[in-house]
Amino acid sequence: MYVAVKGGERAIDNAHAWLAEERRGDPDVAALDIAQIREQLALAVNRVMAEGSLYDPDLAALAIKQARGDLIEAIFLIRAYRTTLPRLGLSHPIDTGAMAIDRRISATFKDVPGGQVLGPTFDYTHRLLDFALAAEGLEPPAVAEAPVAPDAVPHVAEFLDREGLIQAEVASDATPPDLTREPLNLPAGRALRLQALTRGDEGFVLGMAYSTQRGYGRNHPFVGELRIGAVAVELDIPELGFAVEIGEVTVTECETVNQFVGSKTEPPQFTRGYGLVFGQTERKAISMALVDRALRWEELGEDNVGAPAQDQEFVLYHADNIQATGFLEHIKLPHYVDFQSELELIRKLRREAAVARPEAAE
Amino acid sequence: MSEYNFAYLDEQTKRMIRRAILKGLAIPGYQVPFASREMPMPYGWGTGGVQVSAATLTPDDTFKVIDQGADDTTNAVSIRKFFEKTAGVATTERTAEATVIQTRHRIPEQELTEDQILVYQVPIPEPLRFLEPSEVETRKMHALEEYGLMHVKLYEDIARHGEIATAYAYPVKVEGRYVMDPSPIPKFDNPKLEMAAIQLFGAGREQRIYALPPYTKVVSLDFEDYPFERTRAPQDCGLCGANDSYLDEVIMDDAGRRMFVCSDTDFCRARREDGHQGAMAAAAEALT
Repeated sequence: MYVAVKGGERAIDNAHAWLAEERRGDPDVAALDIAQIREQLALAVNRVMAEGSLYDPDLAALAIKQARGDLIEAIFLIRAYRTTLPRLGLSHPIDTGAMAIDRRISATFKDVPGGQVLGPTFDYTHRLLDFALAAEGLEPPAVAEAPVAPDAVPHVAEFLDREGLIQAEVASDATPPDLTREPLNLPAGRALRLQALTRGDEGFVLGMAYSTQRGYGRNHPFVGELRIGAVAVELDIPELGFAVEIGEVTVTECETVNQFVGSKTEPPQFTRGYGLVFGQTERKAISMALVDRALRWEELGEDNVGAPAQDQEFVLYHADNIQATGFLEHIKLPHYVDFQSELELIRKLRREAAVARPEAAE
Repeated sequence: MSEYNFAYLDEQTKRMIRRAILKGLAIPGYQVPFASREMPMPYGWGTGGVQVSAATLTPDDTFKVIDQGADDTTNAVSIRKFFEKTAGVATTERTAEATVIQTRHRIPEQELTEDQILVYQVPIPEPLRFLEPSEVETRKMHALEEYGLMHVKLYEDIARHGEIATAYAYPVKVEGRYVMDPSPIPKFDNPKLEMAAIQLFGAGREQRIYALPPYTKVVSLDFEDYPFERTRAPQDCGLCGANDSYLDEVIMDDAGRRMFVCSDTDFCRARREDGHQGAMAAAAEALT
């Protein structure tokens, strides 16, 4: 009925009130506080920080609470907040070699200087529901004190680098581009691609990486090294004339070692893929490294086999879940003007078809 | 809302957007890349239009928002409220009173003037996108004025259906140079694209702004023997009796009875206030 499309304003207000009520759930159950989410749903917080491109566990926890646990919605809240923040300056590049390590493994060497540190990982847990967790008040067993890791743990790839077995990365002091400040222009350089991947949707990047493993642009990856830990963030203070540490962030870094048989321009050697993501987010960091490597086909003189993960336009334009979910969900908005013009067109074409084939109209 | 700047965006961002708008006005129909910001509403909800409006509004402006031609559709309400809150500008539902009008999918029926700006929300700014998915390729095609593919598509429509089977987002050529997507307005609205007001098009997710300066020549693509045809439902508005406005078709009851009403609610209201009455005005009155 025509009246049904009226009253949009009241409908919105009522919908928001109902949403607030649903978000709270049963008022007899204690409300979650931000610290609980930050401490106990830390991996969700990490994902929101990584894809929201803003390192702030408390805000990420707030966003998760406000979004009723919908992480893409939470990422959206963080992005919309982040975009209003002034840029105070550019930090120095973080030094992951000086990371305070929580976890550090290499799949390419049995032992490496600095050691293999398993850290807090799900890897060797048996995925059996722990019903004891459902009971309240149970504290986990105390952890034996971890041996103190050395201050600076060398990167595994350096050992291959010394032998010249792995393709060297060229150092650059150029300010990396920022796709949150400049429109994406193609072709995109590696720094920009890495930025897009690190804030890209975990599921999308995982799917792209998985597709390379299954043969769509295969690049034979080994996890040369995966490390997780806190690194210092340093900022030049112009008034002081030197850099000071303004805080620290936890990041996950993954460097893959990939087979490479050589090409017209490069001798046989190992090549690298790189992933760096806020928080303990290793699925994402490994995926990112595989996709990064796949996107490097051109600079390494490899063939483009037409795999989706090799197509930077495809990957970069579709990795952002905020763009994707917005455009996908906008088809819920009214389209009746366009639909009306389609209705008129279909009716007209059917009339014409009926005139052309009178027997079909019977 | 003192935490946010006037009209939400910070002044640096507005300056960046204004530069893109000026470039767009200087090269009518050309898609200018701009560093679209995340807005507090989702992509697809009009973030491009909202950013263009935010960069265009001044405190003295009077703002109107329509979606599907109507001021009271949910998303139009939401965007109008956003600017009431963040810019504190006066808002109106009357087309003639507005200085800036943001629209989704329609051009108002009432002729706009030189004192007005019409801001469109654009989902896919690239008219060639569904013929060529790669942005790298389509930018090249625009640069080389290589529009053969589009004409082949229109020709294939005619070969298959006997006419050009595009009912909305009907492509136009601007000043004899750029092929442009007029946003998903029904092709009924295409002839109105030549107007006195400034027209700005914002595509947030796709990071593009383009523009039509006043009185720009805008030609809907067609062939001499298959000229462009403007279409609307062949009825009169059930409420105001207009026979020249674009109509929405409304299903009235379980039996599927239909009613046709102006999609431009302000136009319809003004006509009824002037005493025009459609065939179903009395019945609709009884329902409200």
